[in-house]
Amino acid sequence: MTLFDLRLQEIHNKLRSKELSVSDLVDEAFGKINEREDRVKAYLTLDEEQARSTAKKLDDKLASNEPKGLLFGLPAGIKDNIVTEGLRTTCASQFLSNYNPIYDATVVTKLKQAESVTIGKLNMDEFAMGGSTENSSFYPTRNPWNLDYVPGGSSGGSAAAVAAGEAYFTLGSDTGGSIRQPASYCGVVGLKPTYGLVSRFGLVAFASSLDQIGPITKNVEDAAYVLQAIAGYDKMDSTSANIEIPDYISALTGDIRGLRIAVPKEYMGEGVDPAVKESVMASLRVLESLGAEWEEVSLPHTEYAVAAYYLLASSEASSNLARFDGVRYGVRADNPDNLLDLYHKSRSQGFGSEVKRRIMLGTYALSSGYYDAYYLKAQKVRTLIKRDFDEVFAKYDIIVGPTAPTTAFRIGSQVDNPLTMYLNDILTIPVSLAGVPALSVPCGFAEGLPVGLQIIGKPFDESTILRVAHAFEANTEHHKQRPNL
Amino acid sequence: MTIHVKDVEHVAKLARLNLNAEEEQMFTEQLNAILQYAEKLNELNTDDVEPTTHVLHLSNVMREDEVRDSLPIEKVLLNAPDEEDGQIKVPAVLE
Repeated sequence: MTLFDLRLQEIHNKLRSKELSVSDLVDEAFGKINEREDRVKAYLTLDEEQARSTAKKLDDKLASNEPKGLLFGLPAGIKDNIVTEGLRTTCASQFLSNYNPIYDATVVTKLKQAESVTIGKLNMDEFAMGGSTENSSFYPTRNPWNLDYVPGGSSGGSAAAVAAGEAYFTLGSDTGGSIRQPASYCGVVGLKPTYGLVSRFGLVAFASSLDQIGPITKNVEDAAYVLQAIAGYDKMDSTSANIEIPDYISALTGDIRGLRIAVPKEYMGEGVDPAVKESVMASLRVLESLGAEWEEVSLPHTEYAVAAYYLLASSEASSNLARFDGVRYGVRADNPDNLLDLYHKSRSQGFGSEVKRRIMLGTYALSSGYYDAYYLKAQKVRTLIKRDFDEVFAKYDIIVGPTAPTTAFRIGSQVDNPLTMYLNDILTIPVSLAGVPALSVPCGFAEGLPVGLQIIGKPFDESTILRVAHAFEANTEHHKQRPNL
Repeated sequence: MTIHVKDVEHVAKLARLNLNAEEEQMFTEQLNAILQYAEKLNELNTDDVEPTTHVLHLSNVMREDEVRDSLPIEKVLLNAPDEEDGQIKVPAVLE
């Protein structure tokens, strides 16, 4: 039992009763980092001096009667594609290895308002492209449950840091599964909100029609608190949804009687590991025992999602990453012959293989003569995938299935075949294309590695997802397991 | 549709990337494999299907045309690889 095994409310009670100080919490984070980080490698940059001085300021405030922020005193890690003023933000790319942002992302401003303490910036696949964190241009992150295995990705550092107790909570970003899949592999809770719920201002863009920021936490209740702190309309993000934000914490009633659950047969089919299916079936029995009903349904276009996603996401990426030209920021190549050569050399030296591969794919798919065949076709298939979800949600409250078809895989085992790697996201990608919210919650173990249950909701109905996940968690013990590090 | 090395060279030029011979070969093979997989989408008839560019039904999000302060120039230049007289410096565009 460590401090970070306490729930947010328990920590806040102990802070109020002076049993704990914010400095104790920051000590806890850096203690675990000193003990474990050389093996886990979750962070790219640590910000200890600032964290300790922020902790002191918050401890002073603790003595006063001033109102405290929602996430008061909690040590937080932030994925390294979310800009932090004055704190190096690299996207795990050599291109941005020297980049110090001059402003905060909206979510970072919101965390500051909620009075959490930023510990550092977390490792990821370069520019969020990958599912294993092996594409980081600095070093791979390791899975705290077994250091020979990947933590998943692209938010692998964010998931591993929470699992290893090196942060109380973290922020990740999800484009095709990059919060949910690493949360599943690392045995923690990861929530991808509805597209538009959380501002993307200050999130370095990968695929703008899909990217969303969300929390990774040890339990569902904490995820509700972090979401409460970061959700909301932002005029700086033109795709931000102007809706009223519900009270996510009061949604955690524990009551799921009469809930109608859909289980897509495509999510329980061939290619899904039998041990994963078994954990999901056992989870459905838990939900049933709590008064929910489930039925098998079909999302018939599931098998087309990965192909559509890679065309769309890569096309958007090829356009978004055009800004990295070595002119205004980032690493500029030495001795260019002229301006064009400066672009070419800086980009060729700055980007890693997977990033180049996706830029190439996207540029091809958008190039003259191929646009209709690839990009437009993929956008139309996206409509069919979205309709699948609309139809199921007309009759059911939530959709439940595995988060990933397998548990974590061995480091190095899939690096040679990009297509195999892409198929790890087969159960998270359709959700991203439909833009609906989904959460991964620990639901079992297979050969010592965690399995995640994916709970998918209607647009902007995070409350129901959190309520179901919270009720499930309260009746299971999986989330209480800790890796033996 | 198959991609040849010359297509990869063309796309690399559009994407402002220099690839060596080995990379050209690797990307030719990998892009062919990925695009072959993407051919799967042609199993679906999408003649009467509208494309989804975006899941939120937003269009033309406008703001008031008000004059605001820009980022201070000295901060903007903090990350510039090269600068002169408060401006970002690049090699000559015209010979």
